[in-house]
Amino acid sequence: MIEDLSNILHIDLSEKQFYQERRENLFKSRLGGTGVATKLLSEECPKGIDPTSPENPIIFSVGPLTGSFPLSSKTVAMFKSPHTGNLGESHCGGRSATSIRLSGHGAVVIKGSSEIPIYLAIHDDKVHFRDASSLWGMDSSYTVGRIIRENEPRSGLRSIMRIGKAGEKGVTYAGVVTETYRHFGRLGLGAVFGSKNLKGLVISGKSSLPVANEKKYRDIYEEIYDKAVSSPAMKKYHDLGTSKNVLPLNEMGALPTKNLNEAKFTEAEEISGEYFADEFLGRRLACSHCPVGCIHIAAFREPYEDEQYFYKTSMVSYDYEPIYALCPMLGGTNKKGFFRLLDKIEALGMDAISTGVSLAWATEAQKKGLITQDETCGLELDWGKYTSYRKAVELIVEQPNNFYKYLAGGVERAATKYGGKEFALSLGGNEMAGYHTGHAYYIGHLIGARHGHLDNAGYSLDQDTLGEGLGPEETVDRLVEEEQWRQVLSSLVVCFFARGIYDQEVVTKALNSVGFELDENDLDRVGRKIYKEKFNYKLREGFSLEEKSVPNRIFNTPSPKGEIGEDYIDEALEYFEKKILGK
Amino acid sequence: MGGKGPRLEVVDSERCVGCQSCMFACARLWGRNGLSETRIGVTSIGGMERGFKVIVCRSCEDPPCARACPTEALLPRKKRGVKFNSSECIGCRQCQDACIIGAVFWNGEKEKPMICKYCGYCADFCPHGVIKFEKPEKEG
Repeated sequence: MIEDLSNILHIDLSEKQFYQERRENLFKSRLGGTGVATKLLSEECPKGIDPTSPENPIIFSVGPLTGSFPLSSKTVAMFKSPHTGNLGESHCGGRSATSIRLSGHGAVVIKGSSEIPIYLAIHDDKVHFRDASSLWGMDSSYTVGRIIRENEPRSGLRSIMRIGKAGEKGVTYAGVVTETYRHFGRLGLGAVFGSKNLKGLVISGKSSLPVANEKKYRDIYEEIYDKAVSSPAMKKYHDLGTSKNVLPLNEMGALPTKNLNEAKFTEAEEISGEYFADEFLGRRLACSHCPVGCIHIAAFREPYEDEQYFYKTSMVSYDYEPIYALCPMLGGTNKKGFFRLLDKIEALGMDAISTGVSLAWATEAQKKGLITQDETCGLELDWGKYTSYRKAVELIVEQPNNFYKYLAGGVERAATKYGGKEFALSLGGNEMAGYHTGHAYYIGHLIGARHGHLDNAGYSLDQDTLGEGLGPEETVDRLVEEEQWRQVLSSLVVCFFARGIYDQEVVTKALNSVGFELDENDLDRVGRKIYKEKFNYKLREGFSLEEKSVPNRIFNTPSPKGEIGEDYIDEALEYFEKKILGK
Repeated sequence: MGGKGPRLEVVDSERCVGCQSCMFACARLWGRNGLSETRIGVTSIGGMERGFKVIVCRSCEDPPCARACPTEALLPRKKRGVKFNSSECIGCRQCQDACIIGAVFWNGEKEKPMICKYCGYCADFCPHGVIKFEKPEKEG
């Protein structure tokens, strides 16, 4: 039943060739998504390579529920990360997942490097290598998307991925934008695209998919759909989107503010999801095959300064993380400044979290005299000063001097060179997300395979256990258990927002209805196996917690769970190394 | 001719979030999961920021697709809309050209048009009130 899914499309950018390979056992044993991509990464990525070399594979993978069930709407991208130098994994929705599956593929593997800028047009089983020389160096990723859109067929049945100038210039936290408002945001997939002279990729298809048992399929489909449109958790995402989290996180003192010098932002009301919805919400959008529609787009109108009654209206997608990284983290509430900065980051194709955290470190570093206007090219970075931040973002991409070259490599690289590691808020080489919730968040970030907040949701564990004593070992156990289960969800591939709907029973029923004969025990086993394979890859590429650097700042700013103890974190990491890494 | 038959109405395309649940529902109804069999279309109008168009068969009173059909594969129904008889179809695509709103979808495998059968199943899967199914009035 997985004939179409087990088709892997291999593309060689150097030779401009492609072929298909059937790997049924790979998908049977690892479902799809993360599971399949992890195995392909360990096969296709030679040990120890430079992430910007042609050998680094870009792997996109979808799963057995993609195209068949609501909220199974994500694509997994895997690559060696130029940001951390280790396992790179990023998830994205939009129309990417359904388009890949309905083009007749379960995975796409891209290797090599083109001698001229190109974009790939994949329509069903055909691959076209299109000259993208005229798109290279364009100021805005929006424009690139528009041109590809007009140049290619099948509106509504395709996904258009593209990079901005940040990816071309090798900013290690450059992302890939799809459908204008969704991203493979974290860990630098955009820089890997750029290193291959790959400006974009459009993929389309409208094939049909197999169903093993039509009655069972429709029953479980309707059960999932009904939950998706009626459950309170989903309603939250539909109504205000992730930005609903601003106020509760601030209330509990977990909203990193001014480079985490504080964890409460006194002006939080002004940058809350409620406020943005009231004042700016212009449209809501959904990923393909997701009835929730969590994507919130602000309509931001501003006048031109040189001519009266001349306006432009920008449509800017906002979420909790960009708000966190560019408002409280940068101490700003000016909406015009925020939207213009976020719009610039989108146009250049950067990860908003890493950008915001890098700017926050640079602000503090300049205030402390570690860097001067010589380094910043005359900019005075100060909390809430968005004009300077916007200019700084352009300079990170242009890299006119060493300072910006280092900052284009993330906050850890910059702090290693210029000092201020104690307040460089990166763990495992990846900048922190907006959750100063407690020990579990930071431990989760350090031991998570991607060093991101979604690996194991430590922020959620912190909030679920507020007021409870949870030892370091139990914290690690629960985080690992969560991360192992998430390997199943991201192999299906299901949006993590729907994790409350897709429990083991629902997943099993859904898989059975499309011909995957697995039970709940099998799922657990698959999750553990994928998790292990990820860490095998990470260890092969030199992952070690011994070299971890935890910025002191997190110990000095109290969290909702009290002061975060260094000993507690050390104990947890020691336990993790013994238990999981077998050291 | 005339009167009110079953009919899909696009109530307000501005409420559409582009989830395409209606498209998947239609394909499911025809026993083919995926999108190859869908008879409803949701596409952005020049970028998602501008919103979506929702293409449904309007079940015209005097359907141009049926008028264009040279073989009587498409015949007007008594109360609006058309009925498709696949065995008469020669795959000439004249119906598709005649439907300027794009509601005659095409099955590339069979080289035949795909025509809405006015069942309203898609409307059951529109979470935001974009499309509505109007049931037929009872005879007499």
